[in-house]
Amino acid sequence: MRPRFDRGDRVVVLELGKSGHVRTPFYIRGRVGTVIHRCGSFLNPEDLAVGIVAGPVVPLYRVGFFMNALWPDYVGNPSDMLYIEIYDHWLAMADNFSAAA
Amino acid sequence: MSNHDHDHNHDHHEPLVIEDEQGNIEGQIIIDALQNLLVERNLIAPGEVRREIERIESPGVHLGARIVARAWVDDAYRARLLRDGKSAAAELSIGIGEAQLIVVENTRQTHNLVCCTLCSCYPRSILGQPPSWYISKAYRARAVREPRAVLSEFGLHIPDDVQLVVHDSNADMRYLVLPERPQGTEQMSEENLAGLVTRDCMIGVAVVGPAVTG
Repeated sequence: MRPRFDRGDRVVVLELGKSGHVRTPFYIRGRVGTVIHRCGSFLNPEDLAVGIVAGPVVPLYRVGFFMNALWPDYVGNPSDMLYIEIYDHWLAMADNFSAAA
Repeated sequence: MSNHDHDHNHDHHEPLVIEDEQGNIEGQIIIDALQNLLVERNLIAPGEVRREIERIESPGVHLGARIVARAWVDDAYRARLLRDGKSAAAELSIGIGEAQLIVVENTRQTHNLVCCTLCSCYPRSILGQPPSWYISKAYRARAVREPRAVLSEFGLHIPDDVQLVVHDSNADMRYLVLPERPQGTEQMSEENLAGLVTRDCMIGVAVVGPAVTG
């Protein structure tokens, strides 16, 4: 799978509602951030947890979010950020997403 | 606090170890039974589990400290380290067992903090096993929610004009904070510099203090 996103892209974390060994915490779902770094491609932990070890690999990104955008009552510098790793299938382009919604 | 509150507060405790009066630990009894079965069926050899634990627990903070000290004395190395942590560690014959090592640099403008909200991901091959507070639910939840309050409880006040970046180590990357080199250490050897670098500085809940003179 080729990476669909690049550094600087504005992305939204999807609310896929999957159960099992997902690595996308709830606090980040539905939030809009910016791709900071392409990490490469890795076996999907959702597959690995149930013994599927043959792939396919999934691109992984570090995505940055302003703390203010995550927590309305955040106390700190407005430029404070959270960086977190999100797999490709949990992301969509933020602009397309809001147009479609 | 009323009696009512007191009775119910016990429910919120999350005991790390359940031990009876004789000192038996429930989890250990189950593990021993499982291990005996595995040995009996020749699936593992006696001592294999202990040796594996020993191997996992052998790397320590000094490996991370060596990487930091080299980055402080060698700008070209620092640039390579920030670009590709795993390869730069390999230059010092330090093997990174994890997929990738992301090194994040503290500067006058930016302070970095590492946590793992989902479990206990940690760069074990260069920092050893994480401290118990790192895997506590309180730290995991609060580090991403009110990081400045958490840092102040560690005794670290981040000035308002410094940007704070919190790294949730939730998937395949592992993170090392490259602390700022303290002033007044220009004459120190790389080895002595490494002695200043503590575990907490490489997680981001502390900064490296000035060299102790005298």
